Amino acid sequence: MVKAYDRVLAARSADKISIQDLVAGITDDFMELHGDRAYSDDPAVYAGIGTIAGQSVTITSIQKGNDTDENIERHFGSAEPSGYRKALRLMKQAEKFNRPIINLINTPGAYPGMDAEYKGQGYMIAQSIMQGLKLKVPYISVIVGEGGSGGALALAVGDTVWALEDSIYSVLSPEGYATILWKDSSKAAEAAEQMQLTPKELLDNEIIDKIIPEVKDAKSMQNFKEALIEKINELNKLPKEELLAQRHERYRKFN
Amino acid sequence: MKNNKSEETKDLQTLMDKVPDHLFIKCPVCEENFYNKKLGEYKLCPNCGYGFRLGAQERINLTVDEFTPIDSEISAPKRFLGDEKYAGKLEKSKKATDLNESVQTGFAKIGDTEFALGVMDSRFIMGSLGTATGEKLARLFEQATERNLPVVVFSCSGGARMQEGIHSLMQMAKVSQAVSDHAEKGLLYISVLTDPTTGGVTASYAMEGDINISEPHTLIGFAGRRVIEKTIQQRPPKDFQRAETLLKNGFLDAIVKRDQMKSVLAKLLAWN
Ligand SMILES: [Zn+2]
Repeated sequence: MVKAYDRVLAARSADKISIQDLVAGITDDFMELHGDRAYSDDPAVYAGIGTIAGQSVTITSIQKGNDTDENIERHFGSAEPSGYRKALRLMKQAEKFNRPIINLINTPGAYPGMDAEYKGQGYMIAQSIMQGLKLKVPYISVIVGEGGSGGALALAVGDTVWALEDSIYSVLSPEGYATILWKDSSKAAEAAEQMQLTPKELLDNEIIDKIIPEVKDAKSMQNFKEALIEKINELNKLPKEELLAQRHERYRKFN
Repeated sequence: MKNNKSEETKDLQTLMDKVPDHLFIKCPVCEENFYNKKLGEYKLCPNCGYGFRLGAQERINLTVDEFTPIDSEISAPKRFLGDEKYAGKLEKSKKATDLNESVQTGFAKIGDTEFALGVMDSRFIMGSLGTATGEKLARLFEQATERNLPVVVFSCSGGARMQEGIHSLMQMAKVSQAVSDHAEKGLLYISVLTDPTTGGVTASYAMEGDINISEPHTLIGFAGRRVIEKTIQQRPPKDFQRAETLLKNGFLDAIVKRDQMKSVLAKLLAWN
């Protein structure tokens, strides 16, 4: 059995497929769209429009960098309020044009910076969650690597939430958990065991709906793409009221 | 002369140390020391107007004319109680607050105006957002939606409840959904962010009001100060994550002193 912390390390591994490669792999064509229309364009959020098997989709994602420079620019995959504003803008646009939404998530959490606080990190995450839950189009979220806290949830309130085999989704990092509960960040491995953050545990707890075999070659990419196409087709058939009612039930049941 | 003074100070300090703590209070914001009788019923710092933290029941008594609690019996689901340390914390919090969860919910009146009211209590595991906290708030919004009533929520919270892990995170979605359903019916939600409102509560229902108000000097933020200091390797200024700064940056509609809160709420409820 793989230890929980091994899963944490695998989720963070530099060998993990990049979001841009993943988007290129599942789409026939894709164009990145920029900007939050307020003051900025957060490079941690990679988003745009593309087609999957001829169907137009909006994809928004939180991405880490492929090298140090990119990682610094993208705050290691931590979005700022501007990033969430961009994502929400494009999700609302998807709703306007009746396009399904696919959100790909690889973030340790929203960026904990001074400017992020000044520009309303909490407010933008709150709005992404609240407005996201009401979008009248199929909305699929996939935890690709790390799904860190509210910063991940902001893009993960869809009709279905999936996770790649080597991914984690948690209320905070195992290091943070160990620091808060035991005042010792070196106990991260112990924390990971307790936190139920692995895909298997998340599935058992109905936090996610499906585990996707790790995407690492053409075959696994094709498998992921086919799963998306099948789900989009299924959700597209639902009348809007039914789509929203099912989504409502999905989030209401957490008690 | 200098020596004398420092000795005098020392004597005073020795004297002060002998005075029971509760007689003098130090304001955590302006650091002024004052005689506790000056706090008054609203527990305001006489110097800077900071409102000292209140329990949920105290807050309710000061803010509304009538209150009928609902769902008081709801508390953390049994499946979490295997964690003995957590179970102990819950028991301690229940005793300290006379509540079963970190929020008290119910229906209130100011004058003849009825509304749904939720008040969080920071003494209950830092006012953290547990599964039962989320359940009580979701039900409050749902009942208000059914009865066509406005909602007022006084938030104060350290954020997600670590001991309930990812289930705590899901409450942000569950409550936000209930807020949104309430909003879709054209009903008013006033969010009052009180000291401190942070983490997952700031990143969900506390920042989803039609009107978001706060009290002077209230701490409001998403990320914790220590995490930010570690990330950016510098110390944020004193007014960082304070209500006045959020007002200036456009994230609050108003800052209302506690002794004015009731009349401001009455006015806003009447206008909507
Ligand atoms: Zn003061």
